[in-house]
Amino acid sequence: MKITIDDREIEAEKGQTILEVAQKAGIEIPTLCYNKALSPYGACRLCTVEMTKGKRSKLVTACTYPVEDGITVKTKSERVLKARRVIMELLLARCPNSDEIKELAARMGVVKSRFRTLGDPTEKCILCGLCVRTCQELMEVNAIGFAGRGMKRDITTPFDKLSDICTTCGACEFVCPTNSIKLNEITGKKPVPLLSEFNMGLISRPAIYKPFPQAVPNVPKIDRDNCMHFLKGSCGACERFCDAKAIKYDQEDETEKLDVGSIILAPGFNEFDPSLKREYGYGIYPNVVSSIEFERLLSASGPSGGHVQRPSDGKTPKKIAFIQCVGSRDANTNEYCSSVCCMYAIKEAIVIKEHAPGVEPHIFFMDIRAFGKEFDDYYTRAKEEYDVRFTRCRAANVEETENNDLILSYVENGEPKEEKFDFAVLSVGLEAPRDSQELSEKLGIELNKYNFCSTKTFSPLETSKPGVYVCGVFSGPKDIPDTVAQASGAAVKASSLISSERGKLVTIKEYPPEKKIEGAAPRIGVFVCHCGINIGGVVDVPAVTEYARTLPNVVYGEDNLYTCSQDTQERIKEQIKEQDLNRVIVASCTPRTHEPLFQETLREAGLNPYLFEFVNIRDQCSWVHMHEPERATEKAKDLVRMGVAKARLLEPLQREKTEVTPSALVLGGGLSGMIAALEIAKQGFEVHLVEKESDLGGNLRKLHYLLSGEDPKKKLKELIKEVEENQRIHAYTNTIVTNVEGYIGNFKTTLMNKNENKVEIEHGAVVVATGGEEYKPKEYLYGEDTRVITQLELEEKMSESNFETQKVVMIQCVGSRNDERTYCSRVCCAQAIKNALKIKEKNPDSNVYILYKDVRAYGFNEAYYKEASENGVIFFRYDDENKPKVERENGILKVSFLEPILNEEFAIEPDLLVLSAATLPPKGNEYLAKMLKVPLSKDGFFLEAHMKLRPVEFATDGIFLCGLAHSPKPVDESISQACAAASKVCTILSKPFVEGEGIIARVNEALCSGCGLCVEICPYKAISLDEKTEKATINSALCKCCGACVAGCRMGAIQQKGFEDREILNVLDAALLEEFA
Amino acid sequence: MNVITNVEEKATEKVWEPKIIAFLCNWCSYAGADLAGVSRIQYPPTVRVIRVMCTGRMNPSFVIKAFQNGADGVLVAGCHPGDCHYIQGNLYARRRYSILAGLIEFLGIERERFMMSWVSASEGGKFAKVVTELTDRVKKLGPQNQLRRP
Repeated sequence: MKITIDDREIEAEKGQTILEVAQKAGIEIPTLCYNKALSPYGACRLCTVEMTKGKRSKLVTACTYPVEDGITVKTKSERVLKARRVIMELLLARCPNSDEIKELAARMGVVKSRFRTLGDPTEKCILCGLCVRTCQELMEVNAIGFAGRGMKRDITTPFDKLSDICTTCGACEFVCPTNSIKLNEITGKKPVPLLSEFNMGLISRPAIYKPFPQAVPNVPKIDRDNCMHFLKGSCGACERFCDAKAIKYDQEDETEKLDVGSIILAPGFNEFDPSLKREYGYGIYPNVVSSIEFERLLSASGPSGGHVQRPSDGKTPKKIAFIQCVGSRDANTNEYCSSVCCMYAIKEAIVIKEHAPGVEPHIFFMDIRAFGKEFDDYYTRAKEEYDVRFTRCRAANVEETENNDLILSYVENGEPKEEKFDFAVLSVGLEAPRDSQELSEKLGIELNKYNFCSTKTFSPLETSKPGVYVCGVFSGPKDIPDTVAQASGAAVKASSLISSERGKLVTIKEYPPEKKIEGAAPRIGVFVCHCGINIGGVVDVPAVTEYARTLPNVVYGEDNLYTCSQDTQERIKEQIKEQDLNRVIVASCTPRTHEPLFQETLREAGLNPYLFEFVNIRDQCSWVHMHEPERATEKAKDLVRMGVAKARLLEPLQREKTEVTPSALVLGGGLSGMIAALEIAKQGFEVHLVEKESDLGGNLRKLHYLLSGEDPKKKLKELIKEVEENQRIHAYTNTIVTNVEGYIGNFKTTLMNKNENKVEIEHGAVVVATGGEEYKPKEYLYGEDTRVITQLELEEKMSESNFETQKVVMIQCVGSRNDERTYCSRVCCAQAIKNALKIKEKNPDSNVYILYKDVRAYGFNEAYYKEASENGVIFFRYDDENKPKVERENGILKVSFLEPILNEEFAIEPDLLVLSAATLPPKGNEYLAKMLKVPLSKDGFFLEAHMKLRPVEFATDGIFLCGLAHSPKPVDESISQACAAASKVCTILSKPFVEGEGIIARVNEALCSGCGLCVEICPYKAISLDEKTEKATINSALCKCCGACVAGCRMGAIQQKGFEDREILNVLDAALLEEFA
Repeated sequence: MNVITNVEEKATEKVWEPKIIAFLCNWCSYAGADLAGVSRIQYPPTVRVIRVMCTGRMNPSFVIKAFQNGADGVLVAGCHPGDCHYIQGNLYARRRYSILAGLIEFLGIERERFMMSWVSASEGGKFAKVVTELTDRVKKLGPQNQLRRP
């Protein structure tokens, strides 16, 4: 049947009410007592509309009146508005102090009521009965109902007694439009809130919810264990609310069987439960929180919007204690080091300091393990720029005072101390996932003694079962960059097994030929979405559509209930044909989620996908201006007009394809280089492996044993053999690179061997694995006395049979963590422990002393640190103010130092002094960096595109890095990175083409002055100056479409397609002047 | 082409509400503005958003043009330093902003009308706050007529 609402003819179905039909059409009618999930009640009368049937017209409530064929409805006539105002006056008289009623009344133009308030002026209940109906119809509990008559009518429990049957579900409070009903007046039971897992239980969440704001997929899920529908068969509100009919309660979990060739395990970790460390009072004292809870408190999207408040009183804390190693490095809980807590505590301290400058963060630690790339600089900044205090101790316990302040007891330099804090953060450690045992049994993989996945030094990504790989914290605590590298590495491992099947399951979609639009006047179609009531409930969508039709070049406009639905895609395609559209605008949600869908529709209709413009009238309009429908509608019109201004100037764009040479160049034939080469070759691609020395192996040649007991010498031989026997790997020793040209997919490189013979090779990608070298110390008599050697030299000496020593001193951080080189060399602590244990193994009676600044035996290496201590290796700490002194008197070597706990000068006369020398970037790095046009870090190592998220990639496409070239790191981490770099290379080589972006920058050579500024600006090295013309040229395969060069060009010679100056300026005209070109 | 002919007449009908142009980068701030919507955080309907891929694309002339066209305020928002999708485009924008802010002032426009902010994809609340703050500032200053072309 058809009815007319506000002069619009609308299709309606029998059984629908006027309100339902109007809402579906996006026509707003105010309601108070209406709820989609409940039977209509007609109590508040606010939805009054004027209904005309034949010649009779009368006022009816839209929520209860069933539609009839041919009726006419007016929702905004003067008669209707007047009636509604009287209703508001009556409500205002009943509840003169309800903010919600006052606000609603004001919106309808009612400020004052002509009626007297007879009852309680603090009354808030408008007797709409939503709570009663919810309790009866949805929850099927019947805990509350109406009682009394007339002035005494009230909502209450039977006999006004606290209810026993109330389930404290809280639905009544939730639906109450005036915040009138209170659960604690209904029942004596305490409600049990569902706690938000994402926000660490700091706030509650509903039983249907999105797990977190950027969840993938970003759709709600139902918590079946707590949903009333699943528990009792009641409610079902969400099903009735969802216009898209997406809620299906009968959906079951399905078991799917997949045939796979390999498996990657990435189950992550569980954080340590800090309540097990009772001495710190977690779970007892409200102001003691875990570091992960603190992370949520700090987050702008967290429970308190980023303002850290004390749970006890909501006050901003001033003095915050961070207690380290909670559940790590602890015999009673976890023996290993969790590797990441030092850095996250420092980060949290800096973030809180930036947010609230008056705060005084104070970190209580045992060793600061800032071993990652440039982490020590961050630590130094925390101390020097942010005034974060650091105290070396093991915090003993926490006690609470009357006003919930905390007293922390600790021992510093042998002296017991106490300090008062407002707030304490426990830096909890990382534990194996709780279900790791189960996983291990199901998959038949071995776990280590801490229940993490067991891996070996030379196979860090492989589980004990062939074909099953592992990455991330499941194989041991690690930071983001290491995790990301392992993830890529595991991917290459898993796919090399099945590389012969690559692409076999892919089907290529065919599109109709693209319509030529050059020279044709723009013919724009505008599709405006109601998004159910998400947009239509606020913005007057028909009015916006009507307005769009009046705009220049708009030849077609329509509104849709859901523009993204499958049938609307068909409609859009039809209209493109029927109306001969050559530009399409969709005004709906956000391009970030839906632009690809509509672009695909355009392609299917034979239009270039770049002839599409998105107008965001939901996320950035109707949802954020819910109480201002008129202004939201104005804004939506403005936005559509801006969209039209842009669309008129859009041009078809193509993504340029360049062919890929399916081979790789690996620079450096050490461990990382060999691993990368082997992994790329295993995927079926040719590799050119270049080593400047006469032999492959690099630093691995200098390792004689490992902490794990594996034999590096044996592994080295195996690796070299494997490389030499692999038909796809071409190894060039005694060879250097003299020239690199080209870009992703198409490099040309000149190699030169020691006889100065040159060879030119073509390849699609580059891996930089040029390694590092041990520092030759200038300090501590190194080079002057043969008894002073480095750790690598010690290792060499010990591998000889005649090694003998009685007393050895090792000094850590020689050449690292000083003013000249601020970074930590990462490997030396474990190396010193390894060598100390070896000395003790050879001669248990020998004495080994290690002088250190922090023992950075991170991860599972902590166990070896413990073992060394237990075996009698003695550790003495020194600091920068009191560095050890080494002298030679009468041929006797003497090492003296200040022992900080006893504050006493010690002297040892060793027969061997071993220096843990820094790992240096090779001198050739600068030369190579210039040739490849990639950056170096301030420390001289190669600098990746992003320290955390892109650890093995350069910003320039097609060039990757791994191993010591990136920063100092041990064998297993080098291998993980090498596999990651290989993985990245294979993503390029496995495709026949590199496809560029559409919205790239383009140079107008007539305007270009050849100044080269854009070449400097481009972070991707996509721009170069043509040697002949001296004009800028942009490599479409490298351009990432940021547009920085466009804004930087003094001549205005560069434009970014889709974001040209003329387009943006035209949009500005449309936005503000309402007139445009 | 003149779509609505009598702008002045329209203006006299209603209480003056400021118009603010916001340039948001695609990856962080535009996503942050979307998140404000998803979280239903309300803010005044004063901004008209223009999406650019990166704040590094921001040509200073866009800001001048916005003021010439009668914008009462201009907001530029991008990724936090270190988080730029394009490595350092936001830092280029920051440099341009600091110079441009001086020029804007020199032109006689109150500096408070021109604002740059870092809004990440997870900071819906911050985006709403920034818009509300700029709206309040601009409301106090009244309509911008200094550069507005007659």
